[in-house]
Amino acid sequence: MTQLSGWGRYPRIDCALSAPRDADALARALARGPAIARGMGRAYGDSALNAANTVSMGHFNRFLAFDPATGTLEVEAGVTLAEVIAAFLPRGWFPQVTPGTKFVSLGGAIAADVHGKNHHGAGSFGAALDWIDVMGADGTVTRASHDTHSDLFHWTLGSMGLTGVILRAGLRLQPVESGWIAQTTLPAPSLSAAIDAFEGNLDAPYSVAWIDCTARGPALGRSLVMLGRHAGVEDLPPAARRAPFDVPRRRARSLPVDLPAFALNPLTLRAFNAAYWWAGNRKAGAALVDWDRYFYPLDAVAGWNRLYGRRGFLQFQCVLPLPAAAAGLDALLRAIAARGAGSFLAVLKRFGAQDSRLSFPMEGYTLALDFPHNRESLTLMDRLDRITADHGGRFYLAKDARLDAATLHATDPRWSDFAQMRQKTGLAEAFASAQSQRLAL
Amino acid sequence: MTGAATGGAVLILGARSDIARACAQRFAQGGHPVMLAARDAATLAPDATDIGLRHGVTVTCHDFDALDPEGFAAFLDALPVLPEIAVCAVGLMGTQDQNQRDPAAAIRVLRSNFEGPAILLAELAERFEARGSGTLIGISSVAGERGRASNYVYGAAKAGFTAYLSGLRNRFARGPVRVITVLPGFVATRMTEGMDLPPRLTAQPEEVAEAIFQATRRGRDVVWVRPVWRLIMAIIRALPEGIFKKTRL
Ligand SMILES: Cc1cc2nc3c(=O)[nH]c(=O)nc-3n(C[C@H](O)[C@H](O)[C@H](O)COP(=O)(O)OP(=O)(O)OC[C@H]3O[C@@H](n4cnc5c(N)ncnc54)[C@H](O)[C@@H]3O)c2cc1C
Ligand SMILES: NC(=O)c1ccc[n+]([C@@H]2O[C@H](COP(=O)([O-])OP(=O)(O)OC[C@H]3O[C@@H](n4cnc5c(N)ncnc54)[C@H](OP(=O)(O)O)[C@@H]3O)[C@@H](O)[C@H]2O)c1
Repeated sequence: MTQLSGWGRYPRIDCALSAPRDADALARALARGPAIARGMGRAYGDSALNAANTVSMGHFNRFLAFDPATGTLEVEAGVTLAEVIAAFLPRGWFPQVTPGTKFVSLGGAIAADVHGKNHHGAGSFGAALDWIDVMGADGTVTRASHDTHSDLFHWTLGSMGLTGVILRAGLRLQPVESGWIAQTTLPAPSLSAAIDAFEGNLDAPYSVAWIDCTARGPALGRSLVMLGRHAGVEDLPPAARRAPFDVPRRRARSLPVDLPAFALNPLTLRAFNAAYWWAGNRKAGAALVDWDRYFYPLDAVAGWNRLYGRRGFLQFQCVLPLPAAAAGLDALLRAIAARGAGSFLAVLKRFGAQDSRLSFPMEGYTLALDFPHNRESLTLMDRLDRITADHGGRFYLAKDARLDAATLHATDPRWSDFAQMRQKTGLAEAFASAQSQRLAL
Repeated sequence: MTGAATGGAVLILGARSDIARACAQRFAQGGHPVMLAARDAATLAPDATDIGLRHGVTVTCHDFDALDPEGFAAFLDALPVLPEIAVCAVGLMGTQDQNQRDPAAAIRVLRSNFEGPAILLAELAERFEARGSGTLIGISSVAGERGRASNYVYGAAKAGFTAYLSGLRNRFARGPVRVITVLPGFVATRMTEGMDLPPRLTAQPEEVAEAIFQATRRGRDVVWVRPVWRLIMAIIRALPEGIFKKTRL
């Protein structure tokens, strides 16, 4: 038995964990009864936990092939985005879609169909996939794509590991000229200003906002909207042009111990957020930022999830459809600010249109923030759930540890169809996680 | 493929081992072409592809059996080049219970950890000396530092290997061959899978590989992967026999 948790360190569950080394061993693990695959454990809650049978994909970590003509990379599902970047950025390639940490496995990125700062233009991770190989409960492997076994392909994207184990994938990388991002920071003093900034910059390849969720009154929703695009060689200072992929190495820091719970309180949160806002205002305008700091600012502090102490933390992420987004965000932010709750890093992002079976994004705005795990947070999050539901929004299972089944199925009936499909095909008896049990999937 | 070959070729013996795989990755990352040698080399193809794709170096696979010393010369002759660095990760633990009862099992353990690795590195040493350069890296074990009831067949074989490496190093103290002894404590690999190892004393294969790679750069003789093991073994070695024989370690 190994005690496992997601990135939020809640819940923690004693799990029978195995780490098969090849397809045969994996098939034997699946034969032992309902199983769930586990990648890098970066989902926040209980998506990759199964007390009876959790299967680590860590040994499936080989690069299989690369076609420089098309930028198509074939890899095993345990390979991480960090490894893809380490191998291919120096040759001028970067993932088409990346979440806010590079320490995710390809399998996890596909299972959650993750989104990045470019969702409004590039879509979710699935948009960059040519095919996936999925192992079913009986050990057979099926290659699924848009054209062949497309049902399996589309059910798997965003299904949180509940259709089978992803073994391999073929994904397209995008060509880039440098390891730098040309960034523009736009301070937005209010929520509506932030929304205007997003709507006025839909042609920027990357956009995301840090939002001060402690601000109230007229400053409610004040944000730093950060736009970005991959810098071309001509954007770089002359000294950097000779080695456009060399960026300064970041020294890895780590948070070695759990912070005591009182370290995060309404006062420190407000102070931090205010300082961040003013610092952002001073840095407003254009800048060159290296890829690591632009896409993965949190990766610089290993184990930052210990910031919230031993009880762990909860992440809330919803998306609101475009027409209801302004009103919904306003209501969410008021509820958060009224509680004096809120987090260091609240993120606001404009999604583009998305047409998929289970994937989280829809055209509109997504808000993500974390809360310490305690009773007040749980009460507040129930309230945020209701506001989201009232505005036609839905929830991201990769971040979830506490949603109830009724709320999920009411806000997102696609999951009911999925659960029915799992019953009919026998998948329900083959793949299960603590999350799928909680959410009646 | 990009990634210029910036180092001499590295021969990895026992290339299917987790520690060996991590070493191959680390040296390839450093720009060294890699030759992977193991029994049933055909099964190493996915590893070879992976290393080549990640690091843009040439990777070749070669059949090698440490229990076949008569074949060593031919094996080395057939390599594309004489390596600049050779890492020997060949090892076999077996179970003490079987090793102490079954002579065939004990012989296998002795030969796999001592005879095979020592004789192969000796053969390489001759060729390195003739060429005038080369680095030999032997992965032995702290288990060879003192014979314990729980593991003395494997331990004795590793003790023999450690002594052999020490002798080679002494012989070539003025060059041209460098000899590095690696003494990992616990490492989380296939060999120790399922054992309940204390996390603070257990290294990951990548950690061992990094220590080995740095040792080649810095000219170390003996590599204790986690320094705490050096202390632990110093204490264990210092115990008077009358006390040691009553311990259960
Ligand atoms: C700091 C941080 C920032 C983040 N930012 C974003 C973001 O911007 N956008 C976003 O979309 N997400 C984001 N995430 C969430 C993260 O991208 C997803 O949770 C992703 O799924 C994690 O991948 P993993 O390898 O760690 O998977 P795990 O956490 O191990 O597993 C997640 C899910 O994937 C399934 N899974 C894993 N491997 C396989 C496989 N081989 N086959 C089948 N199923 C599998 C598991 O069963 C589980 O349901 C962020 C997370 C963190 C910690
Ligand atoms: N894991 C530890 O805690 C630990 C601690 C100290 C030292 N070590 C040493 O570290 C080295 C690497 O071990 P590991 O932990 O990575 O375990 P491992 O995976 O079991 O590696 C041992 C390797 O030796 C190979 N081998 C055995 N007999 C062979 C033979 N006759 N010919 C060719 N190859 C042979 C095996 O090849 P096959 O795949 O063909 O069987 C296997 O790949 C070993 O020398 C081991 O003794 C390990």
